[in-house]
Amino acid sequence: MRAFANHRFLTLAILAAVIAVLPLVFPSSYYFRVASLVWVSALAAIGLNILMGQAGQVSLGHAAFFGIGAYAVGIGPAHLGIPSWAALLLGAALSAVLAYLVGRPILRLKGHYLAIATLGLGVLVALVISTESGWTGGPDGMPVARLTLFGWRVSGSDTWYWVTGGLLLVGTWIALNLDETPTGRAFRALHDSEVAAQVVGVDIARFKLQAFVIAAVYASLAGSALAFMNGFITPDQAGFLHSVELVTIVVLGGLGSVVGSIVGAAVLVTLPQALTVFHEYEHLLLGLIIIVSMIFMRNGIVPSLSALFFQRARS
Amino acid sequence: MKSPSTLKFVLAASALGFSFAGAAQAQETIKIGSVLSATGPASFLGEPEDKTLRLYVDKINEAGGINGKKIELVVYDDGGDANKARTFATRLVEDDEVVAMVGGTTTGTTMAMIPVFQDAEVPFISLAGAIEVVDPVREYVFKTPHTDKMACEKIFEDLKKRNLTKIGMISGTDGFGASMRAQCIKVAPNYGMEIAIDESYGPRDSDMTAQLTKIKNTPGVQAVVNPGFGQGPAIVTRNYAQLGMTGTPLYQSHGVASKSFIELAGPAAEGVRLPAAALLVGDKLPENDPQKKVVTDYKQTYESATKQPVSTFGGHAYDGLFILVEAMKRANSTDPQKIRDEIEKTKGFVGTGGIVTMSPTDHLGLDLSAFRMLEIKNGDWNLAQSGS
Repeated sequence: MRAFANHRFLTLAILAAVIAVLPLVFPSSYYFRVASLVWVSALAAIGLNILMGQAGQVSLGHAAFFGIGAYAVGIGPAHLGIPSWAALLLGAALSAVLAYLVGRPILRLKGHYLAIATLGLGVLVALVISTESGWTGGPDGMPVARLTLFGWRVSGSDTWYWVTGGLLLVGTWIALNLDETPTGRAFRALHDSEVAAQVVGVDIARFKLQAFVIAAVYASLAGSALAFMNGFITPDQAGFLHSVELVTIVVLGGLGSVVGSIVGAAVLVTLPQALTVFHEYEHLLLGLIIIVSMIFMRNGIVPSLSALFFQRARS
Repeated sequence: MKSPSTLKFVLAASALGFSFAGAAQAQETIKIGSVLSATGPASFLGEPEDKTLRLYVDKINEAGGINGKKIELVVYDDGGDANKARTFATRLVEDDEVVAMVGGTTTGTTMAMIPVFQDAEVPFISLAGAIEVVDPVREYVFKTPHTDKMACEKIFEDLKKRNLTKIGMISGTDGFGASMRAQCIKVAPNYGMEIAIDESYGPRDSDMTAQLTKIKNTPGVQAVVNPGFGQGPAIVTRNYAQLGMTGTPLYQSHGVASKSFIELAGPAAEGVRLPAAALLVGDKLPENDPQKKVVTDYKQTYESATKQPVSTFGGHAYDGLFILVEAMKRANSTDPQKIRDEIEKTKGFVGTGGIVTMSPTDHLGLDLSAFRMLEIKNGDWNLAQSGS
């Protein structure tokens, strides 16, 4: 147990150090922007990883919650006169309720019914966002008012770097701690064997539902952060392709690995930026790199590499 | 003791040398940036823009560049994603340090990028359609394509000449269709138009007979207007003919202004009218038309270089690039502030989209004459005889 706790604090400390040190080597605020995008994507992916890695369920419409969070902070202040911070909480609450309502009947069933239901939910939310143009500005998107906290107007790439970095730290801390709670242990039991978990008295449906709600809240908060950061949102944030991107981050980084989600996000966000020099072959190379890394690191980047590392250390 | 310090000195000196070399090179070229949706759902807009920019930047450089300096074009592909566009915009401004930008394929990506260029005070000539880009006027933001509001006005002007005032509308729910529909409803009263029925369809719908039947059964509809782009309008046109509604004039928008529309709609497209840029009917323009030379030259250059039919979207990029190039020539400087001032002073620029005269209150600079009313006859575009 002690070793586990140390491991947890070590992970957090390394992450905090990385966040603190990176700006020293950034030549321009463009790098702050890219790093902030990594933190935001990582936050959403960590949430999704709880659902996918721990509860063994896939959400193919996770961008819907991301979109709800993003549009909540857009619509709240603009149409309803709600302060931005309250709209953020409202978005998270709305995502949680929606996840609960969708997940409750479905997660009682065995198999990948949740994947299908979330797929539908994702399409539905994206559709509503792009058609209700009176509220959402339609397919062309809408501007988002800047976040103001206690008279402090949060803007600028470097400021957002620290805000999103902080959010990621908190998100990581909660996800790591979850492992040590009864809920986390239940999740792990679920992950290992549903039947065994049920035999020892774990309410499978309830814990799956919890994981789904937690994942939705993570995505919603990440969505709100991105909307504030960009000051402008479009429906593709809630679209199917974004959902696929989130699932890709989780699988690429490693199912069940919190650090994996951060590494996966870093790879998937920075790689397209690095590949622009290849212009027309950009997408081809991106696909190739993902395929190759999935072939050689079947469990995802972080679990595969750490297994390799420990194997070496032992021999 | 001596060797490490010598080594350090050599390293420092070479590092300095490199940085000087870099600076000298940067002075000889002018960096222009572009973020386009060359792939993804808007690639039919972004791809010709991409090709046009590369083609003409090469041509300008072959001819000696601007005031003796070569242009270096930096193009990024956002895949139609506004968030990616925003990141690339930051990259252009912060990392590549471009002096100006011509790009922004869709309204969504443009709106997401505007704050970056406004904050950095770098001129941004957008290639997006909607009027929100230049209304309200933003100091550093310009655009070249006609607005959807102008398309509505051109259509209503033509309807008024034909004494048709009661219309039905059927619009796509995509960005283009939704935005144009809103503009049409807004300007309809100015032309005494009454919208008797207002229908819509999804961008991927494959049959619009239900909506059209409703329009058909609405008494007194004298003409039908269809804001939309992509395959939707072609299906509307086909269904329209199938329902035997061709007795009522059908108006399409500038969104269908490409040859593939006529191919998709087939014989049903006969007699359909639409407002479009002169580029589509370059060879049919009278000899004394001021745009004749520009549009025929562009068409020839583009088609011989790419072996693809010309589209108005590439034309917008051509206009944006040359408005910028001429502004830079006049400014005789690479200072973004001075370039901006000169772009705003653009006067009588003859482009593929029309004759552009900008002002501090008008960052588009086109009037209704930039649109030509076309009629499809014998499977080809023709200038419509007004009032007939």
